[in-house]
Amino acid sequence: MEQPLPAHHPGGVGSPRRHRGRGKGLAPYLLSLPAGLWLLVLFVVPLFIMLSITLKTCSPASGACVMTWQWGELPHVVNQYRGQFVTSLVFAFFATLIDLVISFPIAYWIAFYGGRRKNFFLIMLLVPFFVSFIIRTLVWEFILSNNGVVLSFLRGNHLVPSSFHVLGTGLAVVAGLAYNYLPFTALPLYVALERIDRRVLNAANDLYATRRVTFMRVILPLAIPGIFAAFLLTFIPAFGDYVNQEILGGTSNTMIGTVIQNLFLIDSDYAGGASLSAVLLVISLLGIWLYARLLGSRTIEEYL
Amino acid sequence: MSDTSTTSVTPGSVNVSLSDVTKSFDGVVAVDQLNLTINDGEFFSLLGPSGCGKTTTLRMIGGFEEPTSGRIVLGGRDVTYTAPYHRDVNTVFQSYALFPHLDVYENVAFGLRRKKVAKDEVKKRVGAMLEIVDLPGYEKRRVNQLSGGQQQRIALARALVNEPALLLLDEPMSALDAKLRHQMQIELKSIQSRVGITFLYVTHDQEEAMTMSDRLVVMRQGKIEGIGSPQDVYDNPSTEFVATFLGASNLLAGTIASRGQEITAVALENGTTLQVPTARVATSTVGSVVKVGVRPEKIRIHVSGSTTTTGNTLRGRVRVSTFTGVGNQYIVEMASGEDITVYAQNIGEELAPRSGEEVELSWPIEHTFAVRPAENVISSDELAS
Repeated sequence: MEQPLPAHHPGGVGSPRRHRGRGKGLAPYLLSLPAGLWLLVLFVVPLFIMLSITLKTCSPASGACVMTWQWGELPHVVNQYRGQFVTSLVFAFFATLIDLVISFPIAYWIAFYGGRRKNFFLIMLLVPFFVSFIIRTLVWEFILSNNGVVLSFLRGNHLVPSSFHVLGTGLAVVAGLAYNYLPFTALPLYVALERIDRRVLNAANDLYATRRVTFMRVILPLAIPGIFAAFLLTFIPAFGDYVNQEILGGTSNTMIGTVIQNLFLIDSDYAGGASLSAVLLVISLLGIWLYARLLGSRTIEEYL
Repeated sequence: MSDTSTTSVTPGSVNVSLSDVTKSFDGVVAVDQLNLTINDGEFFSLLGPSGCGKTTTLRMIGGFEEPTSGRIVLGGRDVTYTAPYHRDVNTVFQSYALFPHLDVYENVAFGLRRKKVAKDEVKKRVGAMLEIVDLPGYEKRRVNQLSGGQQQRIALARALVNEPALLLLDEPMSALDAKLRHQMQIELKSIQSRVGITFLYVTHDQEEAMTMSDRLVVMRQGKIEGIGSPQDVYDNPSTEFVATFLGASNLLAGTIASRGQEITAVALENGTTLQVPTARVATSTVGSVVKVGVRPEKIRIHVSGSTTTTGNTLRGRVRVSTFTGVGNQYIVEMASGEDITVYAQNIGEELAPRSGEEVELSWPIEHTFAVRPAENVISSDELAS
């Protein structure tokens, strides 16, 4: 490939050649233009629209919003929906925890014992997730329903009381969240474990570390950035999720995502919905900020 | 470990011995019935081209591979199937394999902590070790902030601080540039004599092995081709491979014509007869095919008829003459078409023969050796280091 000509290059005196050099300098910017526009139009602009709505007052009847610079809506909705925030935090936390516990051995096994079939195992892990999110969740509804295979079997064998049910409880929501976000946990964990230099593990064995000590003193510390990344990548979307709660949950365990959806689509309270969304955004950013502070911003580029 | 401490080493006692050790990977034999004994306090090298089985041998002694068959005895204890963390052996890895999440101090202290050495003692020994590898005050540095040479010293310190019975070094200098490598060779040798620990050094670099080793083996295709002190192995190569891998040799095909008590005569294909000390002939049967060898620096070159020659003599014409500063390198073509390489030191004694001149080559009989031709053709890949 031809390098851009330096300005003092004797052959670069003629203007056409210089022109070409400048065109090459612009190439990276031109190449990033489509992605940049995409990000601007479909992400940055809507974000500012949403943030601006928090300062507007909207008429519930017509849905029309007028800028009033009132930010009172923010503390108001946070206060009003504090319970749903807590529910979301608890559900998302437990779902993420379950995912970490399930994914770690899977990722560990694939990374260390997958051999030449690593990619095959990874694809096997991901294949179920090629099916639409909604359909998968609906199938869980079917599986966990009172007359579904699982509960019929358990009741039939008198393993659970006849009044026992899962659907409509927090347990069902946590299970649904854990199921739906599993790849977001498993993949960063896999990446973190896969990149650990095997020779470093040999060195630990060589320096009298048993397999257990090697795991605790070398593998786990080296996997920490991946574990944290897996936590964030699972926790953040699970926290804002409303589909699992809508389909699998009941009326008593509403999550904040459902509240936002209702405010926008049913109550036409755009300012309230936007305010809650802004809070959700800040909480997510706090998580990423914490990650950068603790583990450095370079690891963010590698995992998130 | 302090400078004044003396390790309780009985010189000459066996440190590690391998008997009939074989290792195959999916049916491919990497190490073939290896028998080897290394003595306490020795600096011992395994030398050979890549793929000769030297690293596999080291990894079996370290416990990272299990032999397919055979026995490894370390300090009188059979460790053939013992896990690496239960062996009194430490390793300096080719890539150093330092712990990236730990600082220099914690890297060096890692082994001592696993052995539950008291904190004060750990501190003392790590400090003393960093002095020995000439990196005092580096305790708090992160390992990825260190240069290649510094990382190498830390890897050495991390292994040596445990005072193992045997230290394994797996091509530890392959990532260093030539100048640094040379400096580290001298330093490593001096550290070894100070600490008195047995070193087993794996390398493909013959100069490195010769510079540092008390004894060395040359390996090829999973087998030992030659063993002894560097000078023994160099001056009296036991096989064609050793003769070409360790330094350069002129090898001429011939057959054994007669065999006496002292001198064996070998007839070359061109009719010339060369005399070889019988002790330096690999096979004694009259009529068997051998290769007669002589090192290029052992040969004297002079313009035909200028002096009388003694010992073995060959005639030829200078095809290429190259001045290298410390000397001249000549490639002399004989009537048979075979080339002989000669190094003449630049001591300003004689007029250097020029290209195209007829010359006589001569060397003392005692510098001649005869080896059996290699069964498998020696490829240029094996000789490139």
